[in-house]
Amino acid sequence: MTTLLTAGLGLKPQHYDAALTCTAQGLWFEVHPENYRVAGGPRLAWLEAIRERHAVSLHGVSLSLAADARPDSVHLAQLADLTRRMQPALVSEHLAWSFWNGTYHPDLLPFPRTHEALARIADNISITQEALKRSIAIENPSHYLLIDGHDWSEIDFLNELTRRSSCSLLLDVNNVFVSARNLGFDAVQYLDGFPASAIMEIHLAGHSQDPNLGAALLIDSHDAPVGAEVWALYERLIRRIGPRPTLIERDDQLPAFDVLLDECARAASILNEPLAKAA
Amino acid sequence: MNPLNTLGAFQNAFAQALMAPHSTNTAENIAALAAQPGFAVYRNTVMKGCIDALQANYPAVARLTGEEWFRAAAAIYVRETLPDDPTLLRYGASFAAFLARFEPACEMAYLPGVARLDRLWTESHIARDEATLDTTMIANLAPEKMAVAVLYPHAAARWAWFADAPIYSIWSRNRAGHFGENDVWEPAWKAEGALLTRMHGAVEWIELNAAGCAFLDACAAGATLAQAANAIRAAMPEASGADLQQVMRALLQAGAFNRISITRSRKS
Repeated sequence: MTTLLTAGLGLKPQHYDAALTCTAQGLWFEVHPENYRVAGGPRLAWLEAIRERHAVSLHGVSLSLAADARPDSVHLAQLADLTRRMQPALVSEHLAWSFWNGTYHPDLLPFPRTHEALARIADNISITQEALKRSIAIENPSHYLLIDGHDWSEIDFLNELTRRSSCSLLLDVNNVFVSARNLGFDAVQYLDGFPASAIMEIHLAGHSQDPNLGAALLIDSHDAPVGAEVWALYERLIRRIGPRPTLIERDDQLPAFDVLLDECARAASILNEPLAKAA
Repeated sequence: MNPLNTLGAFQNAFAQALMAPHSTNTAENIAALAAQPGFAVYRNTVMKGCIDALQANYPAVARLTGEEWFRAAAAIYVRETLPDDPTLLRYGASFAAFLARFEPACEMAYLPGVARLDRLWTESHIARDEATLDTTMIANLAPEKMAVAVLYPHAAARWAWFADAPIYSIWSRNRAGHFGENDVWEPAWKAEGALLTRMHGAVEWIELNAAGCAFLDACAAGATLAQAANAIRAAMPEASGADLQQVMRALLQAGAFNRISITRSRKS
């Protein structure tokens, strides 16, 4: 089923009507399940209407898989209910933590990639996959801090997670670009080493510069079009690994739906290139 | 052993440093992290995420106070009360109570009431789906069964009575927001109530009098129709039989009820 997906869009309530009537071939939509974990009402009705016409992906931001705790059982049960109800084509979460000691911090927080963290996160992914009765993809985060005490490189860490828990990976190219700039590593080298066979989905988004530090600190703000450097990295990646479902993410400073569809079309044309060459 | 060598210890210290920028208790390793410019990105994202959620959940309050005032007040609330639920649509359950004791809001005495209606809107918006009572069910009820019947409010029905201020008028005008910045508007200063329901998907609202609110309160507490009618007379001593019927009709038309039951009849 997922092989049919080409380019998709993060779906915002402002675009529901346009999304419902859109007939673009292969277009799919991604939502944060947190916004639909409700007992009833128009939100669930909207999402059900969308999923009758388009494939849907559930992209969680709060399971807090990297916290030193099991995923909250209530949150997990609600996510399992939503997954049963919406039958999403893709389900994903982040290599990060946010829920800790009963408090939710609305962000994707970092941690030292230690042996202990690896064991905990592999367990948490397995618990999640058992509850959802399906495999999930784990997304590489954006980095803003140099943290001491890593036992693993990020790529080796992700690779080992796929081995231990049979999860797949979601590669966010913008996160790689932002992190490479902020921490001072080579984005091309990182992407070239990323395990191709585990990539279930790709994210593309815009970033911005820190208001005080400028280009020295890039922020994964999702409030701008995908940048030229990120498009270049994406093209190189697709040439190496072949087509994968690719999402245009925009969470802030939302433009008209058609503007985002244009970005989708650009991703779709890049996805079609390897196929065209192979034909 | 360095206590930050465990994942949990790292997370305890990191979470503390996020919300307490000037704390002197911060563990050394975390203090070093917090000193990096990138740490502010996490602090700002957490704070912005919480404030954005409050602004989205309390749009009538934000419209009344102006965005700048609202976000400054919200930042103080966030420092007191971080979300305990990742579904941020539910964040801010105690925001109305916060505004009631928030010194800079004391000149806007109507603000907590407006916040309460914004909150009731959210509760109605996300309540479970269920059928609305068919009005013919009441019309067809035998008179002797009417008095002992119990009406159950709809899961998405919310109501509130405000004895001190025209909260419904202020809220509904600012919730809809169909007016210009310079429009002058003075509501008639009177007690008002509100009823929010969800008959056709989206949340709808009407003004409700004291009798209607008292009637719904009684129904929600499990009162029979006869007892609920007494509640109306207590709230509105001058109410006539026609007034009672009018309250019932308004509530039924708005979709305030889910079902009627006569199973509790003659129990006493």
